[in-house]
Formats: sequence, structure tokens, C-alpha cells
Amino acid sequence: MIKMRTLTAVMSGLLAATAATAVLAGGPVDEALIIDGETEITTRTAAPEGHPFDELISGWHYRTDETRALQADSFQNPGMLYVERGEEIWNTADGAAGKSCADCHGDASESMKGVGAAYPKWDAASNRPVNIELQIDACRKNNMQAEPYKFDAADQKALTTYIRHQSQGMPVGIDLSQGEMQSWWDNGKDLYYTRTGQLNLSCANCHEENNGNYIRADHLSQGNVNGFPTYRLKQSEMVSLHNRFRGCIRDTRAEFPAAFSDELMALEVYVTWRGTGLAVETPAVRQ
Amino acid sequence: MTKSLIYSLAVATMALGGTALAETIAPDAVEIVDMEVNASITGSAGNATDGRDAFADRKKGNCLACHANSDLKEQLFHGEVGPSLDGAADRWNEAQLRAIVIDSKQVFGEQTVMPGFYSLNVGINVAEDFKGTTILTAEEVEDVVAYLMTLKDN
Ligand code: HEC
Ligand code: HEC
Ligand code: HEC
Repeated sequence: MIKMRTLTAVMSGLLAATAATAVLAGGPVDEALIIDGETEITTRTAAPEGHPFDELISGWHYRTDETRALQADSFQNPGMLYVERGEEIWNTADGAAGKSCADCHGDASESMKGVGAAYPKWDAASNRPVNIELQIDACRKNNMQAEPYKFDAADQKALTTYIRHQSQGMPVGIDLSQGEMQSWWDNGKDLYYTRTGQLNLSCANCHEENNGNYIRADHLSQGNVNGFPTYRLKQSEMVSLHNRFRGCIRDTRAEFPAAFSDELMALEVYVTWRGTGLAVETPAVRQ
Repeated sequence: MTKSLIYSLAVATMALGGTALAETIAPDAVEIVDMEVNASITGSAGNATDGRDAFADRKKGNCLACHANSDLKEQLFHGEVGPSLDGAADRWNEAQLRAIVIDSKQVFGEQTVMPGFYSLNVGINVAEDFKGTTILTAEEVEDVVAYLMTLKDN
């Protein structure tokens, strides 16, 4: 205990010598995202009926000048490397059936256009919603006789990024009328407002009540999912949506659910709906 | 290690802790009455210098996550989820500040975003490492309260 305290004191002393307090002024910036000066991305839009907000705002507006500029230039956006890698995988045969994605789906810029904007989707076969990652696994298993990916395998992230990228600029919109989507939405909403962990915080405490505010060094956004998978500068890699969910839950000092578990799929359905009408940005750049 | 050795080590540790340790009130035994906790929960006064460290430490109070505080301007980032704590001791007395730190929900209401730092009334699915523990120890609570009492504008 005494050791810890001395260490902390020394550390804050060091900081005192080198740093001055940063002046933080919260709130989303008032700018437009136009990728390569061509593709205008809808980063602000009116919320759907029954939404707690009037206006939906992409996380892009809450990031620094440098981070926003990286995303607006596809040659500089590090996430584009994953799009390229995804295209390679798309065209490469794998599994006992000796097939590639392209063998059945052809040119992804046509066959996958708009697909990523409409997920998660109801899946009658598994009787639950599936996201892009689970749909890829289903095709690998049933159509290619290949193993499903391990969660967050590099190829899973690259292929998911590639498929979502084919919908870049298209508005997010999921179909809640299919199967039991509505009850998954309900469960997701319950989870969104449930406080977890020793810090006793819900998603809404940070992303609904405090978006636009700084929480220490982090500028809180509305927590929208339209940019996923996102390239995170902090981790220097692509981050999947369920990885992000788990990180936010862990930060409340709670156990986090498994990727693709009922809890996280319900959250994905609900949180995707909260971003209805925002354009798909994949690959977004975040800090 | 033999049982008797463990026992004597334990006794030695307790002796080091002194009388303060013996009088510490457990989290579920603290009584917040009219938004106040009148007496120290360790039986002795806190140390404001240590409290200043615990206030800033991300693994302890991490109060700067949500509050600005001019007295800690050497720290780079101050959050804005809660109000600035400049002059906190002009607005609240010591017994109130102690109650706020122990379990802010009993002062500001259930809906507050501020965590309870010495409370077991927490969220669901608490991670294994934190189960049954509080964010701050009783001693750290008293240190932070002593430090808050130094935040005066007039
Ligand atoms: C043998 C043919 C075949 C192969 C190979 C194949 N798929 Fe499919 N895929 C299908 C069929 C058929 C469907 C539509 C029926 C269904 O949902 O199962 C489909 C559906 C999809 C969908 C959902 C489209 C939508 O509109 O919702 C995605 C995404 C997808 N596949 C991705 C992939 C990827 C990525 C690969 C390579 C890893 C792949 N598929 C390999 C046959 C194939
Ligand atoms: C203690 C505050 C806190 C809580 C609670 C929290 N988050 Fe976050 N979350 C953050 C921070 C900080 C970031 C990074 C900055 C930002 O975009 O808000 C973030 C980012 C995100 C993002 C990425 C946004 C983007 O534009 O890329 C999503 C999605 C998200 N959170 C969802 C959730 C969900 C769902 C929950 C509840 C399970 C949750 N968060 C709970 C603090 C929190
Ligand atoms: C997750 C955010 C959060 C953290 C962390 C946090 N607080 Fe707070 N605090 C708040 C909010 C929000 C309020 C305003 C009360 C309300 O309306 O809910 C508040 C109010 C207060 C007040 C009364 C403010 C005034 O002067 O009127 C004090 C004192 C206080 N906090 C002390 C602390 C201390 C000490 C810590 C660290 C041990 C801390 N807080 C950590 C969010 C936080």
C-alpha cells in the first residue's frame, strides 16, 4: 500500500513537470464527411420514431481533426488494408468443397452491395438473428465445407470489413418484422439500460446521457455501430463490434458475455436500430 | 507454510494496522442518515495528501474521469460528466461529502451516474476480481474526504 502511494506520487510529479492541463470542449464537430472528395456520408440524420434522440450523430463527429481526416482519405485510412485483404480471401478457394466466396457470389461490389447495411437479419435455420460474421461462418460450413472462424481471427475481421465496405454510404436499416426480431430488440433494449459491474453503469449512462462530454480523455459519442468493423488507432488494428461491446462492458468492471452470445446479438440488433439512417462508414477510423 | 505461521503473520499485520483497522465500519454497516455520515468510518481522520493521489489514480477514485478539479491541473485530462469540484467544501460539509463518496445514490438518487465508492449496491455480473469488494477501502474514503475538505474557494 505504502509503495503504491509513493509510486503514484512520483508519477503525478513527473506529469506535473511535463504537462499542462488540456482544455477540453466537448460536443460533436459541425462538418461533413466526404470520402476522397466524392462520396458524401450521412453522418447526421433524424432519429426514427420511438428513439430517445431527435438527431443521430456518427462517432466520426466526436473524433479529433487528425482522426477525421484519416477517414476522409481512403489512401490514408489504415482500415482499407483490411478491405484489400478481404478481397483476397473472397477470391481464394478454401475448405473441402474447393470453392471461394466469388465462385457463388461473383463480384462483391454487385452481389454484396447493401447487404451489410441490413444486418443483423433474422435467420430461420438457426432461429435467431445473425450478423455478417455468423453469415460468413454459415457459408463456410454449409457451402464450402470449411471450419467457421475463431472469434476475431484476422481473416474474419478482414472479410467482414470487405463485405460491410460494399455498403459504404448506404443507410443502415434492419428489418424488425422478420421472425422474432422484435423480441430480440426488446431484450437488447433491456440490456442497454441495465447497469453492470462494480462501477454500476449502463450503456445509456455513457452514450445516451453523456454523449458530447469527455470522460477523462475520451470524448463520448452516441455509441453508434455504422462504422464497424472500425480501425482503432489506440490498438493499431481493426476492432469488431462484439470486441467493442465487450470492452465497454469490461470497463464497468463486469464479466462480459461471449461473442455472438444471445446477449451480444440482442444488443447488436438494438444498437444497430439506434443508428437507423446513418450511412455505413466501414472502415471507420476511431481513436 | 504452517497454520501457526500464517496465524502469527496475520496477527502481526493486524498489529501494524493499529486501532484504526479494528474500528473500520464494513460497507453494508455504514448508515447514511439525512444524506450524511457523521463519523469517520475508520475511527480516525484521513490524510489529505494520500486522498489527492487516490482522487486522481485511475485504479482508485479516478474522480477526474468525471470531474474537473483545478487543484489537480498537472493532470492532463479532466472529465465533464459531473460538475467541477472546485469549491466542493464550500457547498457541502464533511459529513455530506463522506456520504457522497460512500454511496452517492443515497444523496443524489438512484439515477445518478456517479458510482458508490464504498457500497456493495452495484451493477449485475460484477467481474470475479471485484466481487464483494468496494472501489475504495475505508481508509481511502477517509483520505479522499479529507482532501475534498481542502477544496475551498472562499
Ligand atoms: C456454394 C455456394 C456458396 C459459397 C461458396 C458461399 N456462399 Fe454465401 N451464400 C450462398 C447462398 C446460396 C446464400 C443465400 C442463402 C443463404 O442465406 O444461405 C448465401 C448467402 C450469403 C450472404 C447473405 C446475403 C444476404 O443477402 O443476406 C453472405 C453475406 C454470404 N453468403 C457471404 C459469403 C462469403 C463471405 C463466402 C465465402 C467465405 C460465401 N458466402 C461462400 C452460397 C454460397
Ligand atoms: C463508462 C462509459 C461507457 C459505458 C458504460 C459504455 N461505453 Fe461504449 N464507449 C465508451 C467510450 C469512452 C467509447 C469511445 C468513444 C466513443 O465513441 O464514445 C465508446 C465507444 C463505443 C462504441 C463505438 C462508437 C463508434 O463510433 O465507433 C460503441 C458501439 C459502444 N461504445 C457501445 C456501447 C454499448 C452497447 C454499451 C453497453 C453495453 C457501452 N458502449 C457502454 C464508454 C462507455
Ligand atoms: C462516472 C462519473 C463519476 C465519477 C467517476 C465520480 N463522480 Fe462525483 N459526480 C458525478 C455526477 C454526475 C455528479 C452530479 C450528481 C448528479 O446529479 O447525479 C457528481 C457529484 C459529485 C459531488 C457533488 C458535486 C458538487 O460539488 O455539487 C462530489 C463532491 C463528487 N461527485 C465527488 C466525487 C469524488 C470524490 C469522486 C471519486 C472518488 C467522484 N465524484 C467520482 C459523477 C461522477
